[in-house]
Amino acid sequence: MQLDLITGLYVFLLAAFIGFEVIRRVSPLLHTPLMSLTNALDAIAVVGAIILAGEGKSMLAKILGTIAIVAATSNIVGGFIITDRMLKMFKASGPRKP
Amino acid sequence: MFASEYILEIAYLIATALFVLSLKWLSSPVTARRGVLAGEIGMLLAVAGTLLHKGIVDYTWIASALVLGTIIGVPLGRVAMTAVPQRTALSHAFGALCVTLVGTAEFYLRAPNVPKFMMSVLSLEVILGALTFTGSLMAAGKLQEVLPQRPITYKGQNFVNLGLLAVSVGIAVMLVLHPEKMMLFPLMIGIPLVFGVMMIIPIGGADMPTVISLLNSYAGLSAAAMGFVLGNKLLIVAGALDGASGFILSVNMSKAMNRSFTNVLFGAFGQEQVSVAGKTEARPVRSASPEEAAGILAAASKVVIVPGYGMAVAQAQHKVRELYDALSKRGVDVKFGIHPVAGRMPGHMNVLLAEADIPYDRLLEMEDINGDFPQTDVALIIGANDVTNPAAREDQSSPIYGMPILDVDKARTVMVIKRSMGAGFAGIENPLYYLDKTLMLFGDAKNFVGSIVRELSGGHG
Repeated sequence: MQLDLITGLYVFLLAAFIGFEVIRRVSPLLHTPLMSLTNALDAIAVVGAIILAGEGKSMLAKILGTIAIVAATSNIVGGFIITDRMLKMFKASGPRKP
Repeated sequence: MFASEYILEIAYLIATALFVLSLKWLSSPVTARRGVLAGEIGMLLAVAGTLLHKGIVDYTWIASALVLGTIIGVPLGRVAMTAVPQRTALSHAFGALCVTLVGTAEFYLRAPNVPKFMMSVLSLEVILGALTFTGSLMAAGKLQEVLPQRPITYKGQNFVNLGLLAVSVGIAVMLVLHPEKMMLFPLMIGIPLVFGVMMIIPIGGADMPTVISLLNSYAGLSAAAMGFVLGNKLLIVAGALDGASGFILSVNMSKAMNRSFTNVLFGAFGQEQVSVAGKTEARPVRSASPEEAAGILAAASKVVIVPGYGMAVAQAQHKVRELYDALSKRGVDVKFGIHPVAGRMPGHMNVLLAEADIPYDRLLEMEDINGDFPQTDVALIIGANDVTNPAAREDQSSPIYGMPILDVDKARTVMVIKRSMGAGFAGIENPLYYLDKTLMLFGDAKNFVGSIVRELSGGHG
């Protein structure tokens, strides 16, 4: 499906604004998990690679697409695992509940 | 549109919402794990929806790639917490590799008839992708210490770097105007690949938090550019979120390092290492033994521990946790003051302390803890140096003047665990060590804290 320039720019602009507002509120406590999580989400680029490899319009596209899927998938899997591992470690002190 | 395309678009739409929610829930440790789950569901929906795409004729390559990626990804998700910075740099490299390869394939599928707008975003995608790929590999290598961590500088370095960047932008403009000149395309990838390496060469270990954040931002922007190329709104959103996140973290880090943002944007960090270490006269310092230190800590009612990267290098975080327990048991109020650049990436120190089971509500950021120091009995500094240097506040001639620091010198007693009197990474004298209220505790962080803990528990029983 083709996307026209202006619609694309609207989407980008709004997403960037939402990103700034949401991420500004992330506590510095969690900046490392934030980076590994955004990294995993960014690997959504895998969908482009899947279509390239699957449509197989040329051998080059198929090979590059396949390598790209490997790279992105390792980011998705590794990124989610390590983010969850880190977040699991953050515990509040004993009985005091916020 | 076919029905399957509607299904795909709706899957992408839901995934977009889940991605935004995922980051929103990350704002607090209480809801953060829900955020990861939301991200996972969104990812699953998007990938499953894409696999149903009608144009896909062959699944064998896709399936093997997904399996192989998972095999590589699982161990990368299980690295030690001290290795998280290099893992993160490596994953920026993988993300950028994916984007660059897809961009390359798209170019050769479309060339020589590429519309101007398409060619512009495609150029942006591969230039950012390529420089992020090699730059991140270099950063990962330096962090893993397979490459020299020392900054390597030479005359005219900025000129060479900016020149490389200018040439690749020039090639991109040529290709936008004349997309049929296909032999220019490999150059447009090759030069940024070289630039990525050159960009990281002058950067030392202490600047890594800024660099990683910046590469994070580049990786996000290149993915957003790929979204424009493919006409995929979900990708534009994910890339914009990642880009914004990296941008915010870079600004935070450059503020904490007292570097201007243009300095960071052009990758010109690790410069001005002014050597003022020449006139080091032997001034008297007061030192103390573990027994004395334990005595002072036990008599205190408020203690703030300031950990730095040296603590992580010495693997002392678990001993520090024992110290926290021993003091808390005696009714001492113990908090941790965390400087934004403590560690090798934003927030790294918090993760290392959380791993040692120190409750996160005891970890305070610089702005929150600085007001507490005047009421603090003991500030205990473990493996940190420049971030506690009062010269940053008082001495206008100091190279780090203006850098925000933890005001440890306002505490009643300051204790510094340090191997020797050597200066910090910037080679700057720390006047803190010569104050009357300062006690130097010479030794390895892990052993020294261990001895203090033994003294505390021995004295108790």
